[in-house]
Amino acid sequence: MSRVITYAEAICEATDQCLAADANVYLMGLGVPDPKGVFGTTLGLKERHGARVMDMPTSENAMTGVAIGAAIVGMRPILTHQRLDFALLSIEQLVNQAAKFHYMFGGEASVPLVVRMVIGRGWGQGPQHSQSLQAWFAHVPGLKVVMPATAYDAKGLLIAAVEDDNPVIYLEHRWLHGTKGEVPEEPYRVPIGEARRLREGEDITLVGISYMTIEAMRAAEVLAGHGISAEVIDLRSLRPFDAETVIASVRRTGRLLVADTGGVTGGFGGEIVSQIVERAFDRLICPPRRIGLPDIPTPTSPALARHYYPRAGDIVTAVMEMLDRGPVAMPPADGPLDVPDPGFTGPF
Amino acid sequence: MNPSGVTAVSAETALALYRTMRRIRRVEEAIVERYGEQRMRCPVHLCIGQEAVAAGVCQALEGDDQIVSGHRSHGHYLAKGGDLKAMMAEIYGKASGCSGGKGGSMHLIDRAAGFLGATPIVGGTIAMAVGVALAAKLRGETGIAVAFFGDAAVETGIFHESLNFAATHRLAVLLVCENNLYSVYSPLSVRQPEGRPIVALARGHGITADALDGNDAEAVHVAALDAVESLRAGDGPVFLEFATYRWREHCGPNLDNDIGYRAPEEFEAWLSRCPIATHRARLLNDHRVEEGVLGDLEEDIDKEVRDAFTFAEESAFPPAEEMSTEIYASESR
Repeated sequence: MSRVITYAEAICEATDQCLAADANVYLMGLGVPDPKGVFGTTLGLKERHGARVMDMPTSENAMTGVAIGAAIVGMRPILTHQRLDFALLSIEQLVNQAAKFHYMFGGEASVPLVVRMVIGRGWGQGPQHSQSLQAWFAHVPGLKVVMPATAYDAKGLLIAAVEDDNPVIYLEHRWLHGTKGEVPEEPYRVPIGEARRLREGEDITLVGISYMTIEAMRAAEVLAGHGISAEVIDLRSLRPFDAETVIASVRRTGRLLVADTGGVTGGFGGEIVSQIVERAFDRLICPPRRIGLPDIPTPTSPALARHYYPRAGDIVTAVMEMLDRGPVAMPPADGPLDVPDPGFTGPF
Repeated sequence: MNPSGVTAVSAETALALYRTMRRIRRVEEAIVERYGEQRMRCPVHLCIGQEAVAAGVCQALEGDDQIVSGHRSHGHYLAKGGDLKAMMAEIYGKASGCSGGKGGSMHLIDRAAGFLGATPIVGGTIAMAVGVALAAKLRGETGIAVAFFGDAAVETGIFHESLNFAATHRLAVLLVCENNLYSVYSPLSVRQPEGRPIVALARGHGITADALDGNDAEAVHVAALDAVESLRAGDGPVFLEFATYRWREHCGPNLDNDIGYRAPEEFEAWLSRCPIATHRARLLNDHRVEEGVLGDLEEDIDKEVRDAFTFAEESAFPPAEEMSTEIYASESR
């Protein structure tokens, strides 16, 4: 009988197993040992692993440098930020230092570091508590970037990230923490840099990034009701990016839509579309499409945010246009649009 | 620091300090002499005039102590025992360089010597030294970590964040500030408030701190020995500010007094307080070292430096395929 746990519990279990397996692993982050345990992802770890599970001062940049220094001498730190927006204070250490150390010192030093950052949407998180800036990190050689969308991948990618000898940015979407999935109890690894096909289809390839994979799966279900067979690929890793899996899929379906949690302009969807255009242009039946955020800072009011975030319906509408089909009515959303599920009542 | 002329260290230690300083000076003078050949094709930040800090501090360290530095790192690298040939080859962009030619003067490393790396983002490596000290604490190891940085670094956020954390966890990290009065061409007066000494910042973080003459190698060394003893006893981080002066331009081989950002009188005054000349006189007069001993030592250094430049010049450039290697560490644990 497979076991079902939440995405947050999967992160916690992966961290627990990494701490138990290797005395060089340590976990640090604001609020890590507090009663809420970073959305439940660090609960109980302090009690089990003591000094290697630490709170920290509100010093994101220096704590990243501390982690880099510790990593160079053989520790394997996991640094956790409750929002990606807070981690922006550490861009200097991540981009100038962690990403470059192995290369600029000719392989003499490596930085086995995992930096967890939480992205999100809705519940009035607004312009400084929810940004999906994965394209920034994916732009930097020397970093790896993963964005698990399922509980299974949340655990497997975190263990793989901790065991990787390079700095890995691990982006988790706030709306995924409560999602459930089958997760084996024993430690396992999901290889960094491999996408996964979640649903087979013939008419179009939908590439989902992080939470938008969930919306893409919903869209595929609706499309199936209209006789459209959509293939859904969960990208999982942005750097390295598994272009081959996407290209092989588009070569069969002839159509591509990328659904990203981040902004469209300069976003990672543009990279995926570019690779397809460069390498599979002859197979494209129609121009590829990108679904993502508009060129607008995130508004806070639910009255504004409802027009800001793309949902499954936007994917369905775009796909119908790509197939020269008329618009379809989406089933009404169950509950408010600014929460992941009716059980979510804030405050953060 | 020794107005009475009483020496604070043994003749043997004093001679070692001299050798380290004189070696750093000779290396950098050779860079000055040959930079115009256009074969060292990277920025160089020379520490001529500041050698006593590197020598005095590193003389107090053990093999398993680890140091980091910033853009002006040649002296720290050499004083900690970094390989001279590998450093020169690195500056020449050769495959035999300490970073395989991928780093240049601003990215020196010698793991075997405990020189953990230097990077030129001001303040950026201070946190790394604190991280090395955190790792030592978590593992129950005894080595200490040292960060070298300049007076401008204390203006960065990461400096204060690092000191706050080091003090909170009482980490064994020595913070060495070389105050040479300028951030590129900007004097302290336009960067930091009058009447607030740098050392007060460290004390404000609850860290044991002292301000000393950075051109007196023996004074530096004695202060570093005290600091290291305190660090090894687990008494928390120590901060030392050393007053010193960069003779050459911020970046490059030349003198730059003609461009007018510092007064000739100021420059002349510091020149007359050359850490190496002062220490040499002390060796002869106070430590009774024979002139011939110093002469032999200087000859040895000169030859070693010549050999290092020859090695660098004769080494091969990295092949083109090296450009795209080592972007990632390939092995997973």
